[in-house]
This record gives sequence, structure tokens and C-alpha cells, in this order.
Amino acid sequence: MIESSWMILLLPFISFIGGILFLHKQPKLAAGFSILCNGAAMVMALILAVGFLSSDDTGYHALAHTWSYDWFAITDTLTVSIGALLDPISIMMLVVITVISTLVHTYSIGYMENDASAGRFFPLLSFFVFSMLGLVIAPTLVQMFVFWELVGVSSYMLIGFWYHKPSAVAASKKAFIITRFADAFFLTGIILMATQFGSIGFDAINQGATAFSSMNTANPSFSLEGGAVQVFTALAAQEGSAGFLGLNLLSWATILIFIGGWGKSAMFPLHVWLPDAMEGPTPVSSIIHSATMVVAGIYLTARLFPVFAVAEYTLSVVEFTGAITALFAAIIACTQRDIKRILAFSTLSQLGYMMFSLGVADMEHTAGFTASMFHVFTHAFFKCLLFLSAGLIIHSVHSNDIALMGGLRKKLKGTYFVTLLAVCAIAGVPFLFSGFWSKEEIIMAAWSNGHQCSAIIGLLVGGLTAFYMGRYFFLIFHGEYRGDAHHLEHAHENKFMLFPMVLLAIPTIIAGYPMLTGHTFFNTVIPQATLPTHPDHSASWIMPVAIAMAIGGLLVAWLKYGRRAVSFDTPSTNIVYRCISNKFYIDECYIFVTKKIIFRCVAAPMKLCDDYIVDGIIHSSAAIMRGCAAVIRHWQNGQTHVYLGLMIIGLALLAWFGGAL
Amino acid sequence: MPFLLNCTWILPTLIALSLMFVPKQKVGVIRGMSVAGVLGILALVVSLIIAFLAGDYASPVGSAETTLAFSYRTPWFEAIGNQFYTGVDGFSLLMMLMASIIALCGVLVSWTITDRCKEFFILLFILLAGTFGCFISFDLLTFFLFNEITLIPTYLLIAIFGSGKKEFAAMKLNLMLFGGSALIILGMAGTYSATGSFDMIAIANNQSETLGSIAMWAFPALFMGFGILGSVFPFHTWSPVGHASAPTAISMFLAGVHMKLGGYGCLRAAIYLMPEGAQEWMPLFMVLATISVVYGAFIAIRQRDLKYINAYASISHVGLVTFGFATLTAVGLKGGVLQMISHGFVTAVVFALIGCIYGRTHTRNIDEMGGLMKKIPFLSVCFVLAGFAVVGMPGTSSFVAELTIFIAGFSGSLDDTLRLVCGALCISSIVITAVYVLRTVNSVVHGPLVDNGHEFTDARFIEKVPLIILLTCIFAMGLFPGWIIELAEQSLTPVVTNLGR
Repeated sequence: MIESSWMILLLPFISFIGGILFLHKQPKLAAGFSILCNGAAMVMALILAVGFLSSDDTGYHALAHTWSYDWFAITDTLTVSIGALLDPISIMMLVVITVISTLVHTYSIGYMENDASAGRFFPLLSFFVFSMLGLVIAPTLVQMFVFWELVGVSSYMLIGFWYHKPSAVAASKKAFIITRFADAFFLTGIILMATQFGSIGFDAINQGATAFSSMNTANPSFSLEGGAVQVFTALAAQEGSAGFLGLNLLSWATILIFIGGWGKSAMFPLHVWLPDAMEGPTPVSSIIHSATMVVAGIYLTARLFPVFAVAEYTLSVVEFTGAITALFAAIIACTQRDIKRILAFSTLSQLGYMMFSLGVADMEHTAGFTASMFHVFTHAFFKCLLFLSAGLIIHSVHSNDIALMGGLRKKLKGTYFVTLLAVCAIAGVPFLFSGFWSKEEIIMAAWSNGHQCSAIIGLLVGGLTAFYMGRYFFLIFHGEYRGDAHHLEHAHENKFMLFPMVLLAIPTIIAGYPMLTGHTFFNTVIPQATLPTHPDHSASWIMPVAIAMAIGGLLVAWLKYGRRAVSFDTPSTNIVYRCISNKFYIDECYIFVTKKIIFRCVAAPMKLCDDYIVDGIIHSSAAIMRGCAAVIRHWQNGQTHVYLGLMIIGLALLAWFGGAL
Repeated sequence: MPFLLNCTWILPTLIALSLMFVPKQKVGVIRGMSVAGVLGILALVVSLIIAFLAGDYASPVGSAETTLAFSYRTPWFEAIGNQFYTGVDGFSLLMMLMASIIALCGVLVSWTITDRCKEFFILLFILLAGTFGCFISFDLLTFFLFNEITLIPTYLLIAIFGSGKKEFAAMKLNLMLFGGSALIILGMAGTYSATGSFDMIAIANNQSETLGSIAMWAFPALFMGFGILGSVFPFHTWSPVGHASAPTAISMFLAGVHMKLGGYGCLRAAIYLMPEGAQEWMPLFMVLATISVVYGAFIAIRQRDLKYINAYASISHVGLVTFGFATLTAVGLKGGVLQMISHGFVTAVVFALIGCIYGRTHTRNIDEMGGLMKKIPFLSVCFVLAGFAVVGMPGTSSFVAELTIFIAGFSGSLDDTLRLVCGALCISSIVITAVYVLRTVNSVVHGPLVDNGHEFTDARFIEKVPLIILLTCIFAMGLFPGWIIELAEQSLTPVVTNLGR
């Protein structure tokens, strides 16, 4: 299976090419074809995962470089190749992506059934999946960047799928440009890695970094080969160097690389594109938020964890960014009224968890790393489920505004039930649901590794999460219906849409249990590390507190929104859809910086400079020429007496120079 | 083989001559002959490449030990010891391949020209003859002469067949380029006075101190002379107005191929011949190149006219070529060469698309367009793909070229602060590029359909062919750049060796 892992990458690509070239006029065929391809990829990924789990050697050394194609050579030592690196985290991502993609494709049959451009939708969705799969199996930084950009392109096309809507077009542009902005840093970091540390391969970089970090321990035992030696030497040479602005080259390179993940994972303050990305069709949102795109940044950080850990400050930046985002997004989520925006901010908040969890780990205490990957795994399923159910709800009531919903539990029974499960999972309702376990792990890891501040933020955000998800749930499903009754009459649950949701409910519950049976699947990428140490028991008070926060949050939400009818003051409903209530005015800041400062104060003066100064000098040189010509022309006017006079002057001058006068 | 090589400029000349005898009413014959002509040139170039690859040129072409591939030499202007000296290496072959593909596409997009069709194609073939002559010349004077030959048809093509301020644009373009030629003559005079020869390889292998000291002023003259043709800041202002006024095929050829003669000359005539001068002056040109890159991109944000946007984008992207050269490293030079080829295709397809879209909307102002995806999906999809190529997405040729150039900015020791700052600024340009490209794409093909949009019809077959050819080239080079990189690398070895002496 490992040998044919390239098929997993190829199948969605076939679905894209075949669909876009031949099937874009036949939506039904395109849908069937892409489900077939993605389903086959899912089966292969599952077989791969089962094979991997059942093999004895599940550590780092089981990683497999199965195939590789040399793309182009940049220098003698630096060749860009495309290949696959299969190790615990990439296989985990393969499973998550292919499972979710298959379910989302199935769901889209129902969602897009009345859309004329559905034939274009399925191939593009498959292309999105292809890009993300290429990203997670990347064995080198450059391959990751390549697919990283393709993820950007496909998200651009999918967010702006309804290209006739100006808001969708603007949102797609925003997403692309903000992530591209971060990618410029990422690219710089990659180039620094390639040129200064001599390698773009994750193996070489991570092995070199691990060897370097174990150099100071009691028994440095490592044998290096290939690029890892170069990386090790470069790291050793960096040690103690003052660097630039107090950061040495390694910190610069890793932080620059991390900024790439910062943008893609929509960490504060580069998060602004994610809520707007809601403009795309809901299946796209669900796949962006669960399996593709936003976890790319987390995945990148995890992939390069050893070298991030070796670099000074880098993991602190990661932790800080994650914690701020988790808190910030959770606060905003409590105030939003757009059903998809609430979920978007909850994604931001959960991404913050994953990010700070990576930041609290280090080379000796890898629990945070494991917890982060665990949360990526569990979150993907319940977040996908939440979005799919949101899509179904929007489909039924023709509105995104939770002020226009309420009481939907009578009409949408299946949706009600599966959403309940997903809400319990994300809110961290204890013991039964996957989200509880992974969130617990993260907070435990943070506390036991001495990052109390992050752990407390984690607990706090847990409470907020329970509150806003409770609010979300009660406002939609409980109370009385507040919208246009006309819509509700036609509300029904499309079976293509409901079926994947029911299937997703299974991992929403059971995805937490692998954790009980040991960390096999979430083994670390850190070479030669021991199995992750379990959090120490001094932190055992955390679990009850976390449970209390979760229950308390839900309880407050019930008291505020579930128990009695809620009135929304704003009578007008349509403007609310476009209205961004506060969000700390960060979008306005962006608009100010781009429109007012960059466009008006940088680009516009440059254009003026080009038109009037640079071109002005060129034109005035022509004018000077013409002026000189105008002066000289008067001496060449064909009048004999002028010529005669000039001749006399000339002769006189000649004579004077000759000494005759 | 040497004769076949010279046929690359003789053939277009002959076609131009024979077109003169075709009655101007017979438009079909004129078009047929033109297409046959460019196909013949393409076949010629391809067969040259095949012969070159099959031949045993293991030792780098152009180094002291070996002669050029297919070289031909005959005395010319014996009074000054000049020779007509032609030959090729991998670099020139690649440029010729690109030029002949763009020429083919240029002829195809000119299918609709009926007014003075005969004159148009005659001038186009003279332009082609001059361009190919440049690419095969290894004698400075011959190179210069061919370069001058290209300017005359350019002037006429813009002034007669152009649009807008066409006479002014043609005059400005030509005067500025002639200004560049004056600088080139100055530089040539310098090298001639030091070596007594116009033979490029002889000059390049000349290590006398006289040349070394003369290079201190002859190098900037030559580099800037060609730099004007390559629209290096601050001498770039001919290109937006020139490209905007030129007819579609000429815009494609000017921005795609003719501008590359500048970069070609900078590398072949300036850096190769006078590496000492290059080492001395490159910081200045690196700064100018970086300004071109960032400045061009920022101005493109503020433009409204599609052709102006692409013209400033070209300034920005050709600036990357100069930046690659200015690093004076093997990687940078290679990246510059790749970017020249890549940008040739990319800008040609963008200009071809602008021509097609203008033919429907009758405006080039992006504010007056919108929603074209609905009515003309083929052109719109091509436009989006071309946009991604301009942005430098992986899979397109620009990615390969730009990545190589950016790596050159940071390779080796990081002590050179100027190079780091310039390199970082150049990388930042990818963001600005994304801004203007997406802005343009969104307002042209996305959004609500414009009022008069309902009668638009999608591309006809003859319009689709050049677009498909060019996009195929872009993606082929992006996905399988191996042999192009090898050819470029091999032919750059003598330049790199010279730089290291």
C-alpha cells in the first residue's frame, strides 16, 4: 500500500481534470465521478492507516519516502522534487482529508442540486482536496510551499465560486491576498533554510535539529547522514551568534516560516479572511474549516517542530499567537449572529488551541505536540459536521441569521440530533465526546509543562466555547421560529445532505477513544524521541475545572437563550447579514491600511512620480532639445546678410587665434 | 548547419521580400504565406535545437577551448577588423524558440487585420529577421546592427497600426531606444579601443588590464544601453505607452521578445565581456532592478487600462531578470534567463487576451468591464490562468524562474546587506503582484455582467489556437523545466567562469 500511496494524490487530481474538461456540463456525472475518485482515495488512505497501525514499528523510523520525482534543480545541491513522506501525522491527515472530502462531496450533491454551475463545483472541490493532500505528504519545504499555493488558488476559486456576487469575489480576493502576504514571509524563510541551512527536506532538517538539541544532554547518541549533517553543522555554527535584532538566523528563518502558517491558519491578526470566506458555498466552508487550508499552518508547525523547538523564541511566538487567537476569537463568537460566522470564529478559537498546544511542547515534553495533533483529528470531524448542518439549516430557512431561526428541532429532527452531538463535542461535554478528550490533553500539557498562563486561557476559552455553542444551538433549535413561516413550510432534510452528517456523527463521538488506548496514531515526528510522556498528576485538578467550565457555559447559554423566548432588537433582517458588528474593528484597520495608506500614500505617489518626475525628465530633455534647436535655427534662416555677418565674425576669430590680429 | 542557423534571419527577410510581390487584395495569400513563414522558422529553430542537443557540446559552448555551435565567420568591414560572426549556445536557442512561438501566435492573433495587411506582415517579418539576427550574433557590431534593424519596423508598426496616441508612442519608444543605442555604441567603442576586436568571445577571454580599466565606464554604458531596452528604471517610460499603443501582435512581440533583447544584451554583451566592470557596478544596477520590481508593481495597482497594467507588470517582472543578473551568481544568472523565457510567454498570452477582450468590449478600462465569465467563459478562464501565471503560481513557468531568482538573493554568505534588502523587497513584490492581478481579474471576469455584455461571443477557433499554444508553453515549462534549465545552465558556464576570474 505504501508503494502505491501516490494513487491517493492522483485520484482527486483525475477527478479534477476529468471533471473540468469533460463533465462540466453534466453535474450528475461530475458528482458521481468525483465521489468515486475521492471514495477510492479514502479507501486507500484507510488501508494505509490500518497497515501502519498494525505494523510494529510505528515510530519515526517507519516514515517512508515511497516515491519521488525530480522537478527541477536550482543549484548542484538543491533539487526541488515532488514525493511523499508517510509518517504518523501525514497518514493521520490523509485519513482525515479523504474521509471528509468524500462525505462533503456526497453532501454537495444535495446542496448543489439546483445550482446550474454544479458541474464546475465538483472538479474544483476535488482540486482543493488534491492540493491539501499534496501538502500533507510533502517531504520537502518547497513541495509544501507548492501545494500550499495551490491550496490558496483553489480556495480562491471556491470562495469566489458564485463569481457574480461582488461580496464573494471580494472575499476570495481577501483570502488570497492575506495568505499570499503571509506566504511571502514563508517563502523567505524557506529560502533562508535552503541557502543557509543547506536543506529543504523535513527529514534532514528535523534530524539535524534533534541531534543538535540532544548535543547538550548527557548521552548524545546520534548518527547523521546526508543533508542532516549540513543542517547540524549550520545549527552548531549559528549557536551563540548575535544575529540581527537580537534573533539569530535560525530564529529568523523559523519565525518567517511560521508566519506562513500564521496566515494560512488565520491566526490573529491575519484572521480577517476566514470569516469572510463564508461567502463560498457551505460545503467549501466545511472543508476549509475542518480538513483543508486552515489546519495547514498547524500542520506546518508540527512538521517542523524539532527545528522550531531548537530555535530561540520561535515556540514562544507560536504559543503566544495561538493563545491570543483562541481567546480573541471566542469572545467575538459570543456576539455574532450569522450562523456561519459563529462557526468561523469558533474555528479560529480551536485553531488557537492547536497552535498554543504546539507552543507549550518542547523536545523533552512532547505532550503538547501530541495533544495538538489529537485536536486536529477530533476537531476536523465535529467542525465538518457543524458546517454541514449549518448548510442544511441555511438551505431550509434561507437565511444565515440566527435571529431568524429558532424552534427548528421540530422540523429538522435529524439535523437537531447530529448538531447536538457536535455541539457537545466542541463544547467539551465530558467523557462521551471526542472534543473533550483532546481539549483536556491540551490544557493538561500546557499546565504540566509550566505554561500556566496558556492553560488558564485554555480553560477560560473552554467556558466561552461552551457558552457560544450553547447560544448557537438554543437559538437555532429551541424556542419559537422567528423567521418567515413561508420558508419553514418547505424545509426538509435532503437525504444526500443528511447521510454524510449522520456518518460524521460517529467519529464525533469515537474519535476521542484512540487516545484512551495509547498514542499509537499520534506518535511524534520527533526522531529518536521516547514516547510522549503523559501529563503529570499534579495537574489532575484540571479535568474537574474544565468539566465545570463546559457545563457552566452551556448552562448560562440555556438560561439566557434556551429557557425563554429571545427578542432581537433589530427589526430589519437583511442588513444584519452584511453587518459586522464589532470584531474589534480589525477589518476596518485593514481597509484603512490598504486603501488609505498603501493605495493612496504609496502607490498613488509612485504613479504621480512616474507620470510627472521620471517621465517629466524624459519629456523635458526632449523640450530642451527643441529649445536648443529653436535657438540655433535662427542662425540658419537663409538670409545672406546673417551668414555674411557670421562669416566675418568667424574669420575674425580665426585670425585672432592664428595670431594675425 | 551554420547555413541553417543563418536562415533564421534570412528566411524572414525572404518572406518579407516575397510578400512585397503579392497583390495587397489577396489577403488570404498573405496570411497563408505568413503562417507558413513563421511555421518554417519554428521548424528551423526546433531542428537546430535537436541538432544542438544531439551534437557533442560537452565542453561549454563559448569557452576558450571550443568554438560555438554551428558557428560561421566571414570578414566584414575589414578596415576595422570586423567579422560577421554567428553561432548559438543553449541560451540563444532557448530565446529563439520562445521568439518563434510568440511570432507564430502573433501572426495568428493578427488574423483579423485587413487594413494594410500586406505592409503589416512585411514589417513583422523584418522585425523577426532583426530579432533572430541578434540572437545568433557573436560579434558586437553585428549584434548592434541587427538590434537597430528591429527598431525601424517597430516604429512603423506602432505608428501605422497602433491605437490611441500611436505616433507619439512610436516616437517616444524609438527615441528612447536610440538613446540606448547611443550608449551601446559608446560601450562598444570602449571595448574596441581596449581589444581591437568586436568578437565577443575574444573580448570575453581578453584579460588585459586596459580592458579592465575601460570596463569601469564601458560596462555601465553597455549595460544601461541594453537596460533601456529591458526597461530598467528610470528609463522604462517608453514601454507602457509603447505597449499600450501597439497592435496586439506587436505588443506581444515587443514585451515578450523584443524587451528580452535588452536582458540578452546585458548578459551577453555586458556581463560576459566585462566581468570586472560588472563586479564594480552591480550594486547600482541591483538597486535599479529592485526599484523596477517594486515600483512597477505598485504603479500597476493604480492603472485602469489593461494594457498599462500589463506593461507595468512587465516592468516589474523584467526587473526580476535584472535582479537575477545583478546577483552575479550562477543561480541568479540562470534564474534571470528562465524569467526571460517565462515572462515572454506570460506577457504574450496576457496581451493576446487583452486583444481578444478588447475586440469584444471595445474598452480596455477595467472599471467598464465585469462578469465576462458568464458570456465568454473560454477567454475568461484563459484570463484567470494567465493571471495565475503572472502571480507566479506553482505549475506555471514563473514559479520556477522566480524561485530560482529569489534563492539567488539569499544564497552564499549573508554579509551583503544590500543584496538581502533588495532580495527581500523583490520577494515582497509577489504580494503586490497578487493585489493587482486579482483586482484586474475580479473586475474583468467576475462580478455582475456589464450592460452591453449580452451580445459578446466567445473566442473563435483562430483566437483559441494562440492562447492554447502559449498557455501550454507556460504550463509545460512550469511542470517540466528540466531540459530548459540544463541548456541555460550549460550555456552560462563561461559567463560564470569569467565572473570568477
